[in-house]
Amino acid sequence: MPIDSPSPADAQDAASVQPRVEERDHEGAHWAVASGRWTALAMSSSSAWESVSQDLECVPAQDDRHWDLRPIEQLDHIGAQLLWNHWQKAWPPHLEMDSQHKAVLDQVALYTCLAPVDTAPTLADRFKAFAHNGPRMMFVARDFLRLIGQLTLDVGKLIRAPHRGPWRDFSGQLYQFGATALPITALVGLLIGIVLAYLTSQQLRQYGAETFIVNILGLSLIRELGPVLAAVLIAGRSGSAITAQIGVMRVTEELDAMRVMGIPHGFRLVMPRVLALAIAMPLISMWTSMAALFGGMIAADLSLDISPSYFLSALPRAVPLSNLWLAMSKSAVFGILIALIGCYFGMKVKPNTESLGRGTTSSVVTSITIVILVDALFAVLFKGVGLRA
Amino acid sequence: MTDTPHSDATSVVEIRKLWTVFKSPDGDQVVHRDLDLTIMRGEVLSLVGGSGTGKTVLLRQILGLEHPTKGQVSVLGRPPAQLSAMGAANVGMLFQHGALFSAFSVLDNIAFPLRELKLLPDDLIRDAALVKLQMVGLTPQQATKSPADLSGGMIKRVALARALIMDPPLLLLDEPTAGLDPESADGFCDLLRGLHRELGLTVVMVTHDLDTLFDLSTRIAVLADQKVIVAGTARDVIAYPHPFIHEYFLGGRGQRAMEALHEGSAPVGVAGRPSGSQAPSTER
Repeated sequence: MPIDSPSPADAQDAASVQPRVEERDHEGAHWAVASGRWTALAMSSSSAWESVSQDLECVPAQDDRHWDLRPIEQLDHIGAQLLWNHWQKAWPPHLEMDSQHKAVLDQVALYTCLAPVDTAPTLADRFKAFAHNGPRMMFVARDFLRLIGQLTLDVGKLIRAPHRGPWRDFSGQLYQFGATALPITALVGLLIGIVLAYLTSQQLRQYGAETFIVNILGLSLIRELGPVLAAVLIAGRSGSAITAQIGVMRVTEELDAMRVMGIPHGFRLVMPRVLALAIAMPLISMWTSMAALFGGMIAADLSLDISPSYFLSALPRAVPLSNLWLAMSKSAVFGILIALIGCYFGMKVKPNTESLGRGTTSSVVTSITIVILVDALFAVLFKGVGLRA
Repeated sequence: MTDTPHSDATSVVEIRKLWTVFKSPDGDQVVHRDLDLTIMRGEVLSLVGGSGTGKTVLLRQILGLEHPTKGQVSVLGRPPAQLSAMGAANVGMLFQHGALFSAFSVLDNIAFPLRELKLLPDDLIRDAALVKLQMVGLTPQQATKSPADLSGGMIKRVALARALIMDPPLLLLDEPTAGLDPESADGFCDLLRGLHRELGLTVVMVTHDLDTLFDLSTRIAVLADQKVIVAGTARDVIAYPHPFIHEYFLGGRGQRAMEALHEGSAPVGVAGRPSGSQAPSTER
């Protein structure tokens, strides 16, 4: 054997088991002698890897070089692959090695092949993919319409036979979407109210129109900011939860199990969520508006010396009651839309985790966008309601 | 790996006086009580036991994913938590449902542990992953598929290839043949046997499939009464008097599987351990 095998005493020594290649002349031939442990574990430190790749660079694959692998202590598939790739995927003509190492190298030699190429999409493919967007939008619109139609039928069914409705699920969802959302919506509302009051008070003082802060805060918070703020928060909080919940049921085949039992998804899954959000959403929106008004009231007291008692007495005069009804009905529509969009994307999840993540993201983004769109629609449609000319 | 100088004597996994207690409001549930188990290098040990006897929990404790309430687990002479931090080079695990990363293609799944080293060149990693892919009986054409497009048997194979990518000395399998058709299960057994022979792996396996059990195991450890009641070759275990063993091995299904064992092609003692030479070691 051309080199001494490491003595047992330093067998544990890291340096002695590092994979190495040495070049030496023996019996008139060039020999490349590999030793050490050629395993993924031994090569997984950067020093070991750099030294072995340097060693290999010094002994390029040549016809007249003899290879001696017998001093190798251990050879696994990674080490064998390294050698095989170094030999440019062909056996060197002169090779000495132990039989168990040969078995590993044989396997590597047998199975090494070219990676299958991913065919890059051609221009026509890209065009087709782009052109498919049109029909896809039609499909989405059709599916969403179908969901709304199914919901209408299910609500009709519930009215005909209320005792068969999924009331327990409904009350659970109501608690989840409504009661547990109260702290976060109150906090956000309070802070927005304070910020808004401080900002407007600066401007109003310049014109000496301090008392108008009640009108500005009352109208903007009750009519617009409260409902939209609450809807955005609930879309992020409950819309994503609905999608994730239904999506996980798809991944774990629970939806299929329900269908096999003859339990319709629309009646049992979609309807309770939609109804729960339709009821919870106006309440949360009112709660958010109240918190925001409270914050604004405190800020007005601090910055403009407008006392809370004046604020409260001026509020009903500044904001007609119809604004509250408008805000509540708007919120109910937001709730229904958020729940429907959440359910839609949940049902569309394919049985893999990646699709679940994408579905949840699209659900939140879509529902926030739709909420703001519908809010704009309400603003245009009801521009004559609740505003004193 | 069996050819390291002192291969036969060393133990890979040592479990001493292990207690596992699950705390719950209505009383603590003791899963393991003073459990002792030693797994030697190069053997294929099967863990057998009824449902809820803590077989998977034991595997997870060997992996360092869960901590025992009391007692010691050491893997390759170290605590398991240290070991799994050192990555896939030491321990490979085949999870029951594959646990493939669904965001990656098959090839990227297999190559993932090597890529994360950020050390080896990309073409070497790709070639190594392709070799492992074919070793577990898949074709290179399947390398670009995503895990969602694979059948159950293929998922198991890819998961095995991923567990083996760095040729770890210790391989843990959780129900490797559950959910496979008989032919795939046989193929899987052949594959594992071949890998065990070529790489000299130590394999710890949880299985309920008696065919796989008799086909692959060099030793069987039976979990009952919150401990390992007996660990030994198939014959020794069956001879041990305990109601669970009687029901498990000598029931209808057991009888059929035993017939295969008695037909002479019994691989008991594959790793050079002559069957019957070892008395059933009652570990407690």
